[in-house]
Amino acid sequence: METYIGKPVKRREDARFLKGAGRYTDDIKLPGMTQAAFVRSPYAHAKILSVDTSTAQQAEGVVAVFTASDGCGVFGVPCGWQVDFKNGETMREPMHPLLAKDKINHVGEAVAIVIAETLELARDAAELVDVKYETLPAVTDPKKAMEPGAPKVHEQWEDNAAFDWCIGNDRAEVEAAIASAHHVTEMEYRNQRLAPNAIEPRSYIADYDVNADKHTLYTSTQNPHLIRLLLCAFVLGIPEHKVRVVSYDVGGGFGSKIYHYTEEALLTWAAKEIGRPVKWTSDRSEAFLTDAHGRDHVVHSKMGFDKDGKIVAHLTDEYCAMGAYLSTFAPAVPTYLHGTLFQGVYTTPLIHLNVIAPFTHTVVVDAYRGAGRPEATYLLERIISKAAKEMDMDPAEIRFKNFIPPFNGVSEPGYQTQVALQYDSGNYQGVLKRGLEMLGYEDFRKEQAEARKNGKLLGVGISTYIEGCGIAPSAVVGSLGARAGLFEVGHVRIQPTGKVQVLTGSHSHGQGHETVFAQFVADKLGIPMDDIQIEHGDTDQVAFGMGTYGSRSLAVGGSAIVKSVEKVLEKGAKIAAHKLEAAEEDLEYAEGKWTVKGTDKSISFGDVALTAYVPHDYPEGLEPGLDFSSFYDPTNFTYPFGTHIAVVEVCPDTGKVELLRFVACDDVGNVMNPMIVDGQIHGGVVQGIGQALLEEVVYDGEGQMITGSYMDYAMPRADDVPMIETDRTVTPCPHNPLGVKGAGEAGAIGSTPAVVNAVVDALSHLGVTDIQMPVTPQRVWKAMQN
Amino acid sequence: MQISVKINGKTYDHDIEPRISLAQYLRETLNLTGTHIGCDTSGCGACTVHVDGAAAKACTLLAVQVNGCEIKTIEGMADGNEMHPIQKAFKENHGLQCGFCTPGMVMTAADILKNNPKPSEEEIRHGLEGNFCRCTGYHNIVKSIQHAAENINA
Repeated sequence: METYIGKPVKRREDARFLKGAGRYTDDIKLPGMTQAAFVRSPYAHAKILSVDTSTAQQAEGVVAVFTASDGCGVFGVPCGWQVDFKNGETMREPMHPLLAKDKINHVGEAVAIVIAETLELARDAAELVDVKYETLPAVTDPKKAMEPGAPKVHEQWEDNAAFDWCIGNDRAEVEAAIASAHHVTEMEYRNQRLAPNAIEPRSYIADYDVNADKHTLYTSTQNPHLIRLLLCAFVLGIPEHKVRVVSYDVGGGFGSKIYHYTEEALLTWAAKEIGRPVKWTSDRSEAFLTDAHGRDHVVHSKMGFDKDGKIVAHLTDEYCAMGAYLSTFAPAVPTYLHGTLFQGVYTTPLIHLNVIAPFTHTVVVDAYRGAGRPEATYLLERIISKAAKEMDMDPAEIRFKNFIPPFNGVSEPGYQTQVALQYDSGNYQGVLKRGLEMLGYEDFRKEQAEARKNGKLLGVGISTYIEGCGIAPSAVVGSLGARAGLFEVGHVRIQPTGKVQVLTGSHSHGQGHETVFAQFVADKLGIPMDDIQIEHGDTDQVAFGMGTYGSRSLAVGGSAIVKSVEKVLEKGAKIAAHKLEAAEEDLEYAEGKWTVKGTDKSISFGDVALTAYVPHDYPEGLEPGLDFSSFYDPTNFTYPFGTHIAVVEVCPDTGKVELLRFVACDDVGNVMNPMIVDGQIHGGVVQGIGQALLEEVVYDGEGQMITGSYMDYAMPRADDVPMIETDRTVTPCPHNPLGVKGAGEAGAIGSTPAVVNAVVDALSHLGVTDIQMPVTPQRVWKAMQN
Repeated sequence: MQISVKINGKTYDHDIEPRISLAQYLRETLNLTGTHIGCDTSGCGACTVHVDGAAAKACTLLAVQVNGCEIKTIEGMADGNEMHPIQKAFKENHGLQCGFCTPGMVMTAADILKNNPKPSEEEIRHGLEGNFCRCTGYHNIVKSIQHAAENINA
């Protein structure tokens, strides 16, 4: 019998994508469909003096023009996570309107929507909407936003802070430990703002069936049920059973398609108003200006060490931009998804982080691949490497000295951090040892010394990360301010012929769920993968779900499916026992059949399924059918970890950094499909390399984005990166049935500091101790001159 | 304007607005939605098609510019249900994740291999320079093209 878990099974979703037959939202056409275009503010901060739509209303092909003065003006999109001030004051939560009414708070904020027969006519008419603005001074930097006299984003509060929050040990105690430390390493830098840039732009189609009084929203989202919940209960006030949200194929998300965007709600409202379907697809400029960004932390950090290089305390203050409003999960990102990872993989006894999260005249900031953990990892892995250099230690040695000892989370307890979390299982020594081995670390150091003599600048950078994913126990996140549960739903529907339909609340936008989920269901049921179909992305088909983000699909969504499979087998055993005239406890299930132990009497899964649906000779009192849905709420987060090592060569004349090698040894727990895990790591690593070397969203002093195109915002292209050398250790997750931890974000979390550490290492003999990301040739060249 | 274009072996005659891009024409008029629009400015390569046998970005060509040309899109790569060796190699090597950049990648790969049947890794990476992928880190795309080159030459 063929088994599938752990094998590089080729993806079943590939054929449609390779033939150009994917079903992305913009590929869908509905009869009578209209097209929308938005009128967006060219200013970051301005009063709206007047909006004149009269000419546009009369333009060719225009169906409707709406502004905030119409019925949609009363609605706003909500924030899904409340993080209060450390002094007890409630989080400041502004109205986030679907269309701006009196005031503009960022470039690209929508003022009007124009709906016409074709996209071209909608865009033509949008240019005829006359908006008069009075511009105001803007602030885009989170630290400057907190300076006295800074322009205010929301007038109703005394300053721009959405909240001021802290985590960890008592600040005075941490300060005292740092003051008396043998050595203190300090860093000040900006973890720069990034644009997620899924290659498929956001796209929505809203439709309203007047006879059924039912809305359908086709949307490029990572979590269709969450969008339905927010749209219905928190924005438009439509009963949930009157809304269907459909998200078939989605062309990448990386976090940016988690959130409930204003356009989704506005289109849903407008489709009913005009009585016709309406589509809007973002262009790339709109994507830069309106998709939620990532990162944007201004950081000041101090880490104290004893004379042996052991960390004694860590104190950090950060300003983390929220943008103009609070996006769906924004407050959680620099707090509970960030501060809770400040333990890293080290035994640091005292930790304190303070986060001030200001509003800025920019588009919102929210989770972007890694969400808070890349920022934590960057800080820890840069500062410990900087400390090693200052204390004349090897960067591997200082890490080995500070690692939390290995623990499996079963016979040995989980590791209780100073920052709320308890790690599940880990072996941080193991991944670093393997990573150094893969690289040939000792030999590289010799090569580096030799190269320096010849004027060649070679550097190696190490990063040993941990991250928290598989989010999350609902009660825990609820106590931390989440306004939603974070369980997942898995429905296993056995057909009378023994074929299986699995409906999952997880959502695939490239992760390969249709393949991986079928792999473990096939093994658990002992049947061929071909007998199993995985369905997702339609709220009328899948009862409920929380979607895909935070590397949670397999750890949470997969576990929910396993629960349902177990229920199927439990009920199946009752039917089998009846048919075999044996006691249930005398049966064993393997290779797709129940067998009476020690005999050759057996009944197949298919025959039991048929009996369940044709229950003529059937256990008394047992319901017909084999169909189970389960909710799985995890008992803990999962904690993947790993070691990433980069080798770079810096051109002494131009400062250009060439990435020569990238080694990644990750531990994501048990692996269902190594081909897909490797693919996730490759992609994550290159996104992290993008942050290290290339990417940055830049706003000028007036709040204009000056990196709003692919000519200005540099992302990794194929010739910017080498092949990624991957390997794994396996430390199973002790608290979910598959023993999996999650692999979606690990690459992007571990890689960034490895690259910057390598560049600084290459230049260390020139006295360079830090370089601001992205590490552009210009910055490197300047650092070399100083 | 009246245009006549041969697309995936079939000739189409249409009267279209001069401002419509080739990508929009393929998607909206012909329902060939495999050609994707990621940026509309030639930056991402998701819209790559073949015009008279050479790769071109369909988002920055006007449909009227290809009047009289022969176009091949991703829908024309497979022979019925039999995938092209490049498509097969992408599947075999996990050269795609979300699939959005994939049609452009496949069309660009075909162009690379047409001009250079035995490209080095560096030449493949250089050839892919006009196509963004945000999912794969390019690793398995490069492997797919190397694999396809071996199979086509075998």
